[in-house]
Amino acid sequence: MSLHLSVLGRVDTTSPPLKLPLAAGEVRTGFPSPADDYLEAELDLVDHLVQHPSATYYLRAKGTSMTGVGIYDGDLLIVDRSLEPKLGHIVIMSVDGELTCKKLGKIGNRPYLIASNPEFRPIPLDGKECQVWGVVTHNIHSLAPGFSV
Amino acid sequence: MIALVDCNNFYVSCERVFNPKLEGQPVGVMSNNDGCVVARSAEIKQLGVAMGMPAHQIDPHIRRQCILLSSNYALYGDMSRRVTDVLSQHTPHVDVYSIDESFLSFEGFALETLEERCQAMRRQVHRDTGIPVSVGLSTSKTLAKIANHRAKKEKGFDGVAIMEPNSDDTRAFLEQLPVTEIWGVAGRSAARLRTLGIETAWQLRESSPKHLRKHFSVVMERIVWELRGDDCIPLDDMTQPKQQIMVSRSFGRLTSNKVDLHEAIRVHTSRAGEKLRKQQGLAQAIMVFVRTNRFRSDLPSYSKSLVVPLPHPTDDSRELVKAAMAGLERIFKEGILYQKCGVMLMDLCDHDNEQLGLLAEPQSDEKRERNKKLMATLDKLNCEHGKNTVRLGMPRKINSWELRCEHRTPRYTTHWNELAIVKS
Repeated sequence: MSLHLSVLGRVDTTSPPLKLPLAAGEVRTGFPSPADDYLEAELDLVDHLVQHPSATYYLRAKGTSMTGVGIYDGDLLIVDRSLEPKLGHIVIMSVDGELTCKKLGKIGNRPYLIASNPEFRPIPLDGKECQVWGVVTHNIHSLAPGFSV
Repeated sequence: MIALVDCNNFYVSCERVFNPKLEGQPVGVMSNNDGCVVARSAEIKQLGVAMGMPAHQIDPHIRRQCILLSSNYALYGDMSRRVTDVLSQHTPHVDVYSIDESFLSFEGFALETLEERCQAMRRQVHRDTGIPVSVGLSTSKTLAKIANHRAKKEKGFDGVAIMEPNSDDTRAFLEQLPVTEIWGVAGRSAARLRTLGIETAWQLRESSPKHLRKHFSVVMERIVWELRGDDCIPLDDMTQPKQQIMVSRSFGRLTSNKVDLHEAIRVHTSRAGEKLRKQQGLAQAIMVFVRTNRFRSDLPSYSKSLVVPLPHPTDDSRELVKAAMAGLERIFKEGILYQKCGVMLMDLCDHDNEQLGLLAEPQSDEKRERNKKLMATLDKLNCEHGKNTVRLGMPRKINSWELRCEHRTPRYTTHWNELAIVKS
């Protein structure tokens, strides 16, 4: 099986922390560049990964219970607190005062936090002090050793 | 209608978002230098730990039960920005009054929809940021402030309280409210009001505005109108002092010279100090930043900022410069061509509302007066004889200028290597 890739666009590597609106060639001195008509905004990864900036947080995963969905020890999780948590979502949950990352699920009729690694048992939520903290929208896993995210 | 949105136990709430274990615990956040308790959870209040209490004066038996944290400015600043972002989604008129309070105008919104709107806004702030807020609504800012207080204290309101200026309920509440609880009525003017037989908010509201103006000032007259429901303190006045003062400038040419940066930061900070004194504010922290020219892709790029908390709220340019220099020292990198640098004074508070009890080392009145005179002279000379006529010289060695913050929690939202950890 082959893997197909398509090029989406250029990455803006020098983007400043502030987002400024693009003034599309309005201020001109001298001869206009013929390339101007083809200029587009550069792609900002954050635009793609973050829908609700004020509700989005980065957290660090620690442990091996979610390796089945591709979350490894040390990965960077992008968490949106404004999303409605649904069954099947990977969520951050505060359980007995501790933040934990699991899949929100049901076994029979009862709510469970379900790991994605068979070595870990589902955690029943009944009778526990718990609260959904946010919904994990993306996981950033580094593939280059020594390249930190 | 005007709403005052106030974050409940803001600093403690910020800490709890990333460490749910702190929920239900007696938590206190200490001022810079770990001197006094400046923010308290409901539980620590119950234990009798007072606002502004020096940490070392807390009874050891009580102290053992408490969790005392150092203030985490980076975290509080970021969370405050997020709260403001959410508020701005509900009305275009948001005026940030302090790190944890904003005035919102709901002009043009149907009155009967406001309670539900504010409830929705309150739920969204809590959902998106984890910070609980209370909302007070009325037709003037002073009444909105009182309503906010009720929203926080009286369970029945569920976090949103509306006070119609002319309702029986409002009257009943103002009749038992001591004037000292009114925003802007300080201890001294309260004592003078008492000599006039005015002890409750209602009595003040029913007094003759003109009469009070004679005895006090236009401010007291305005408070009377405000208590009657007339919004007469302009938002511009209210937002003074501004919460931030920024001064920055690009260098004429790129420079890697540390002395250039020192010089520039000193000048910018002095200018910011001047602005601060003009609006009669005090700063509690200062941010320093440096950056390279981002359009020079042929050169290494670097952009860094650092917030330096001040040992106590101050408007003294010498202290501001000292702190800014300490910050610059930390973020300066050799061999980089810098294009721009600047400072921002943060967490400004009012001279009048200065909470003396919070000062780690209260200055003597005499010393305070002397510093004030010195700064006033400095400003006058620079104003009359041109900018930078008198400048602050080289600061003393800054190594000693290190704050104590032994119990600071991670800067969860602003540092990649301090993110909150989740068990997976």
